[in-house]
Formats: sequence, structure tokens, C-alpha cells
Amino acid sequence: MTMAPLRRIWILFIARNREFLRDRSSLAWNILFPVLVIIGFGLLFDANGQDRYKVGLIGPPGGAVSERLGKARYLSIIPFESERAAMAKLLHHRIDLLVDPARGVYWTSSTSPRSYVAERIALGAPDPRDSGLRREVVAGREVPYIEWLFPGILGMNMMFSALFGVGYVVVRYRKNGVLKRMSVTPLSPWEFLTAQIVSRMFLILLTTSIVFAGVALMKGFAVRGSPLSLALVFALGGFSMIALALLIAARSGSEEFAGGVLNIISWPMMFLSEVWFSLEGALSWVQSAALLFPLTHMIRAARMIMNDGAGLFDVRWHLAALALMSLVFLAAGSLLFKWQKT
Amino acid sequence: MQPILDIVDLKKYFPEVKAVDGVGFSLAPGTCFGLLGPNGAGKTTAVEVIEGVLAPTAGEILYKGAPRGATFKNEVGIQFQNTELPQYLTVGETLRTFRGLYDRRADLPWLVETCRLDEIIDRDNRRISGGQKQRLLLAMALANDPELLFLDEPTTGLDPQARRHLWDIVRDITARGTTIVLTTHYMEEAEILCDVIGIIDRGRIIAQGRPRDLVREHCGGASITLRGPIDDDLLGRLPCRHSRDNGRVEIQTDDPAECLRLLMERGVDLATVSVRPQNLEDLFLTLTGHELRA
Repeated sequence: MTMAPLRRIWILFIARNREFLRDRSSLAWNILFPVLVIIGFGLLFDANGQDRYKVGLIGPPGGAVSERLGKARYLSIIPFESERAAMAKLLHHRIDLLVDPARGVYWTSSTSPRSYVAERIALGAPDPRDSGLRREVVAGREVPYIEWLFPGILGMNMMFSALFGVGYVVVRYRKNGVLKRMSVTPLSPWEFLTAQIVSRMFLILLTTSIVFAGVALMKGFAVRGSPLSLALVFALGGFSMIALALLIAARSGSEEFAGGVLNIISWPMMFLSEVWFSLEGALSWVQSAALLFPLTHMIRAARMIMNDGAGLFDVRWHLAALALMSLVFLAAGSLLFKWQKT
Repeated sequence: MQPILDIVDLKKYFPEVKAVDGVGFSLAPGTCFGLLGPNGAGKTTAVEVIEGVLAPTAGEILYKGAPRGATFKNEVGIQFQNTELPQYLTVGETLRTFRGLYDRRADLPWLVETCRLDEIIDRDNRRISGGQKQRLLLAMALANDPELLFLDEPTTGLDPQARRHLWDIVRDITARGTTIVLTTHYMEEAEILCDVIGIIDRGRIIAQGRPRDLVREHCGGASITLRGPIDDDLLGRLPCRHSRDNGRVEIQTDDPAECLRLLMERGVDLATVSVRPQNLEDLFLTLTGHELRA
């Protein structure tokens, strides 16, 4: 084989990278979106900002009731001077419970589940130590929600970048004739597809590394397993999703159609791949269906490495699934590929 | 001399239309051949089949005496009718990218100079005019220093000045000995640029030859245009063919002197009359019965 194919792949790789890096809005979205999600969830789940139940207290601060409520976890005490003003807040669910210690009375909202919980916490729940149970603190290190979430957010970002960044661009180039123009040069389909894969792999790993470093610096958490293993998981996961994008974009010349297909695939994949929440307790067929998505395997393997310190051997089945999917998607995408609209 | 391109009974049928129905021509190296015809005549389909973009239904395409082989793509240059440019790249980067896809490459400074791209070489593709875009597309088609160049309606949609710029460039390329196949529906473009033309209508070449020879052969007379009122009775008695278009009467005649004498006799105001030798437009009308611009 001469060097010409490698030269052509390199030229397209450079050209595609330039396009991506100069598309400022797309670049910013790829980097800022996951960072903003993590910052947002960080604020939401910060201990001080923990979602609390709000209890209105009529009268001046102090007194036994006020002191007892103030010590209870998950309750915020909001003082009110008049019953009238406080009652309006309760009626509009701005507070969850209202207590008047002077009169020895409290009010709940019968339509609000939050009010029910606040009532249990504030007044009804006995001290567990009174029941004769012994109090224990859970052993081992609990994984904070943010650290559990982070691999999912990175995976989701990679998925959108791969599917839309490759699929959409190939379809647009087919629609506006750029692919047709390339087809009459000595460039072969496999050279073109390889250049797309290599370019997007490079860009995905670059943006993921930037996001990872930024968030790790801000939030101060580290990878418990090997960073190289994690990089391999992300690389293989990214590859399989780029291959999926090339399969989706193999023939279509309609951005609307391709956009629809990409959305139909990406949204269920995002929700079923445990990006945001675990599928524990979900219906068994839902859990089985989730295994068909490359994102599921990538996120599970990444979480095992990042959160639990797993090695490559521990995640071997996820890697095998990703490799198999990549092969199938790439083979089908290459066979179906057309330079022009069909 | 062996033809560089030999097309024999080329056909391209789609389910509901015979877009190309038996086209044939042969080109000596260095010829500028124009396929002239209205929109929908089959020009683009014919050249795209020859370029290898579409598969032929039937017929033979010989390049340098043999079926197109692996070297064909490296030796021909193609400018399509409608091609968008990659976004976010400059003119220079686009040209270098496409030039780099070929094994044989034209000298880059020559490309930039020939296609007058020096002033816009660092400009983003999205910020160039229609004429500049066509010049860049032409440079991309020349990026491999082709022996055979296909230009599909290269000046459609351009203003007159931009069109003349492009004609100048095409003439420079012709002067280097490059063989060109050009499609157009502009009669003037074909007359100025082409050594040989093929007039195509409904998928068939209905006349072929040098532009002047064709006009001389098929319509040696003159065209008389009347912009004033004239009745059909008088028109019927004139030694000519005629057609009405937007209140204008177009007369094709082999005997303009006799025609004008009769018109003067009937009191037609000569200030409303113009006379010119017949051209490719008239030739097309003569051969097909409908206008080139239709």
C-alpha cells in the first residue's frame, strides 16, 4: 500500500478538526455543558443546600418547640409574626408546616406530600434511640451522588458529540454535495470514514479530558482505578458510538430524517443507560434493553473504574460488548455507505 | 489522433424518464466541447454518467481509447453545478484539502493565480461571493492539473461581470491544451468558449459541429424582430417563419431584403424593426421548435 491513503486520511482529519474547533458554539457546548451539569448538581446536592422542609413558626424565636425543631435534620425554621401571613404561605405551599407554640397548635396541608413528611419529621417521629435500637454508622466510603453521576455525564456528552457531530455532519455533507464532490476524487469510502472516526475520536477524547480535568480540579475527586483503563473505556465507548453514527448516516441525505433517527436513539439511550439514575428496581425487560446500548456498557465500566477502583479484567464483559457493537455498526455502516442521496 | 473521450450511444433511463437517450460524441485532445440545451434537456445527467457519478443504462464511455480505469479520477477535473463548500474552512484551506486528495497535484501558486484567488485566499468560505465561489470550485476542479475537465453550467446565476471573469479563466485553461466538456444553456457562452458544440434536447444530441458551421448550415438567414403592431394576415404572406412572444414578433428568414421590402410596403414603422444575423439561439429554435431559454 502506498502512502496516498494515509495522506488523504490525514488531510481530512486536519480539515474536520479545524471545522470543529472553529465552530465555537459547538465547541463551547461540548465543554461547558457537562461542567455546568456537574456544578448544578453539586449545588443541588451540597449538604448545606440540601433540599429541606420548611416549617413556619409563629411568634418570637426561642422556646422549647423552636429549639427542638431547630435541631431536627432537614428542617428549616422560618419565623412569622402573624398567623395570617404564615397561613397564606402554607396555603400556597411556600412552607410545608406551620406551628404556633404559644397556642399549642400546628397546621399541615392535606394536599401536600411534603407537608406530610415535614409533619412526621417535626412532630411525629420518635427518637430512634428510644425504641431500644442501637445506632450504627455505615462502614466504608459512600460514593457521593456527584461522583456517581460524573461518568454518566461524560458518557452522555460523548454520545451526543459522536452521534450528532458525526451523523449530522455526514448527512449535511451528503445533502449539500460536499460528499459528491469528494466522491470524484481518488478518495475511497473507507478513507473518508476512517478520517471521520479518527477526527471525532481525537476531539471527543480532547474535550472529555478538558472537562474531566476541570471538574476534578473544581470538585477535588479522583479516579480510584487506573486512568489508562478509564481512557481505554472512553476510547472504545466513543468509537462504538461514532460507528453507530456512521451507520445511521450511511445513506440519508435529509437532515430532518437523520435528526429524527438520532433523537429516537439518543434519548432512550440517555435515560436507559443510567446517566441520571440507576435502573435498580426497573422492569427486567427495561434492564435487558439497556444492555443493547453502547452507552450503558461504557458508563457501567467507567463507574466501576472511577468509583470502585475496578481493573480492566473486572470490566472485560463491558469492553467485549463495546468491541462487538463497534464491529457490527462499522461493518454495516461501511457496507451501506453511499456518497450520494439514494 | 486518438480521441481523449469517446462516447458511444450513451443511455441513462430513470423509471419515468429517458434522461439520456443515445448520446454520442468524440473529442480530440485540447478541444472545448459544449453541450448546449435548455434546463431538463439531459446535459447534467449525460456528463455525470461520463464522470462516473451515475451508472449508465447502456452505451460505451472510452477514455484514451479504453474504459475508464483506476487512473480516471486522478486525471479528470470536475466542477458540479451545485456544490456547497465545507464550513469553517478558508478558501486556501479548502483548495489545499481537495488538492491533497489527488496523487498528481497542480502547482498551488498557479491555481491561485489562474483562478484569481489571491485576494480571498484567507477568507472563510461562508464569506465569499457567488463569483468567488465558482472560481474556487473551478480551482478545486483544476487541483490535479487534469487532462480532461468537466464544467457543468459554471456561470449559472452569476452576474455578467463575474461570468466574463470565469470565461477568461476557462480560455486560459483551454490555451494550455486541457480538454474541456462544458454544459450551458447560454448561447453566448457556448459561442465564445467552445470549439465544438452538441445541441441536446430531450436526451439526444440533435446537431453537432463548430458553432459557426452549424448556424450557417441550419439557418443562414437573419432574424427580424418587430416591436410594433402587425396583423397575422400580413405575417402569413411574408417569406419566413415567425413567432410571437410578449407582444414581440420574431421573424426567421433566408431573404431579409424581401421581408423588409414587404414590411415597408405595408407601412410597418421601421423604427420598431431590428435585424441581426442568426445565432445559436435561432438554430435551437429551428431544430427543436422551442426556445433555448425555455
